[in-house]
Amino acid sequence: MAGPAILPSRGLQALVDALLARGYRVLGPQVRDGAVVLADLTDIDALPLGVGDEQAPGHYRLREGGAERAFGFAATAQSPKSVLFPPDELLWRGRRTDDGFSVEPASPADDPDHRPVAILGARGCDVAAIAVQDRVLLGREHVDAHYAARRAGAFLVAVTCSDPAGTCFCASVGTGPRPRAGSDLVLTELADPHRYLVEAGTPAGQALLGALDTTPATPDDLAAADELVADATARMGRTMRTDDLPELLNASAESPRWAAIAERCLACTNCTAVCPTCFCTGVQDVGDLTGALDERHRVWDSCFSQPYSYIHGGAVRTWTASRYRQWLTHKLATWTEQFGTSGCVGCGRCITWCPAGIDLTAEVATIRELAEAHDAVAAGAPGGAPTDGGAPTPGGLR
Amino acid sequence: MTAPLLDRTGTAAAARDHAHRDAASDPMLPRPFRVISRHLDTRDTVTLGLEPLDGVPLAFAAGQFTMLLAFGVGEVPISISGDPTGPGPLLHTIRDVGSVTHALVGAVPGTVMGVRGPYGTGWEVRSGRGGDVVVVAGGIGLAPLRPALLELAHERAAYGRVVLLYGARSPEDVLFAEDLARWAARHRITVEVTVDYGPPDWTGRVGLVTDLVPRAGFDPGHALALVCGPEVMMRAVATALVARGVAPERVRLSMERNMQCGVGLCGHCQLRELFLCLDGPVLGYDRLGPLMDIREL
Repeated sequence: MAGPAILPSRGLQALVDALLARGYRVLGPQVRDGAVVLADLTDIDALPLGVGDEQAPGHYRLREGGAERAFGFAATAQSPKSVLFPPDELLWRGRRTDDGFSVEPASPADDPDHRPVAILGARGCDVAAIAVQDRVLLGREHVDAHYAARRAGAFLVAVTCSDPAGTCFCASVGTGPRPRAGSDLVLTELADPHRYLVEAGTPAGQALLGALDTTPATPDDLAAADELVADATARMGRTMRTDDLPELLNASAESPRWAAIAERCLACTNCTAVCPTCFCTGVQDVGDLTGALDERHRVWDSCFSQPYSYIHGGAVRTWTASRYRQWLTHKLATWTEQFGTSGCVGCGRCITWCPAGIDLTAEVATIRELAEAHDAVAAGAPGGAPTDGGAPTPGGLR
Repeated sequence: MTAPLLDRTGTAAAARDHAHRDAASDPMLPRPFRVISRHLDTRDTVTLGLEPLDGVPLAFAAGQFTMLLAFGVGEVPISISGDPTGPGPLLHTIRDVGSVTHALVGAVPGTVMGVRGPYGTGWEVRSGRGGDVVVVAGGIGLAPLRPALLELAHERAAYGRVVLLYGARSPEDVLFAEDLARWAARHRITVEVTVDYGPPDWTGRVGLVTDLVPRAGFDPGHALALVCGPEVMMRAVATALVARGVAPERVRLSMERNMQCGVGLCGHCQLRELFLCLDGPVLGYDRLGPLMDIREL
């Protein structure tokens, strides 16, 4: 496999053109309604040139970024999840017949645009999140056939993150800012002169790279990329300790912190919608007025909604505290037991898009402090428990 | 199916292989079955007999469930209540508690409904051979236990004492009365029924099924216990069984949670690390007990 190459600034258009010529629907970051989102891309002038973003708990604003940069912002507001695992998926169409009913499975042709997708600009967190979804939706006893079909056709062009946001912590969880393996091509945007360092991650990426007009990268180019990664790592807005999470959270099921979080949590489901790994879905039957036709749809669902846990007699998780506990414990602890990987990739979207500004990195730290204080009290050590929430007591949820 | 345009490696290649393999067997596609019998068990509970339109019978293990589709209304998980040891229609015993179950209960013979499955773990009745078996049911919880009781009756000599403790709301809510009489008379199964509310002419027991556990005739050191009913009842029964000396891993419960896919993909049925549609619904109390102790987990 050939080594890293340099693609000149305008060469990015040739990359997009090559993908389009090979039959891909190319999606790239663009400004829509005051946010950077993935949208159909044919012309690289539509990229958010000179646009940066400012993110904090419950806060997202665009700002002026580096003048020459096309990727001078953190991850897109919505992740590639909405492309590979859309919020509403038709599973089958049923028709009432004289003899009962017949069912016809949905096919890729049911999408208005069913070309395979090429995603340009996925960040390290996004690439890691796709790897997580691959495990959840493809790597188990039963496979999600719709995700499998989309994923099999997809081409990923990742871009090293140069401008992490205030809510980012990919460096803590090891998913960025340089994208891990898993994408077909990885671009790193370099300045003076504006150019892209391109590295192929798969034979498919190598084949496409070979078709582009590039020059071999020099040690100076590689050093510039390393410097950019080091600089981005140093500017990461948040950190999260992860080594003790499964044990900590499973042991903290009765922590009083859940009730304290629930005083702020609106159970609005924003966090699960923007999370690039949340995979829960519900089914909806959509019929026509005659009752002759029935479409089964699979739609994103959220463990924050009360009907999510409904069984005859009522919901299992009636309290917001129980639902937040389910989400956080699943994401950071039981996910590892179920899938051999954490469900968190450090993108920070759940923090940015929480209308109450709840920050999971801060909540994890508080839960850890409370657990340590509780252990210290149990061991008879002197010293007080943190005042925020008080010492844990059995039955903190009751 | 979209054919990949470029050579793929790694996970994408695996994804493509999965996609091809599963195009013909998408677990979300229902198989049409026709209702061939409808038996009114109680005022609100019906047992439906179903036959596959494609003629391929649905093999299952006692304790498994299917996703039953009332076309145009919706789909719900329902335990199989028929005989796992022989041929015959696929039986489901359904209580009318919601919009989908109302449509299912009202289905007349000839109606076609959708079936996916069978899914989940079974009771593994045979692991109780050579010892006593105590079966504890609450309400409609007797339905998923009926295949286990039929299996026990079928190979009755392989087991020691077999005891069924069954709690119903009232005498007119008692399910499978003919089965209960036959199991007692022909298969040496001790059947003890208790009700929450008994009319003046009721001469049987009144009270909680949990109260029958301490006095039931079985050897706890060599017993397998199978329990199904409301969660609060199962927890009390499991506690009583363990208190009598049954090992927690020999106490099996069938758990209920919201289930929309049946194959571990929709997420609704999670209980901490468990997907109850795949890892359950039947699990040992050694695994379930600590989880059931935490409220709203």
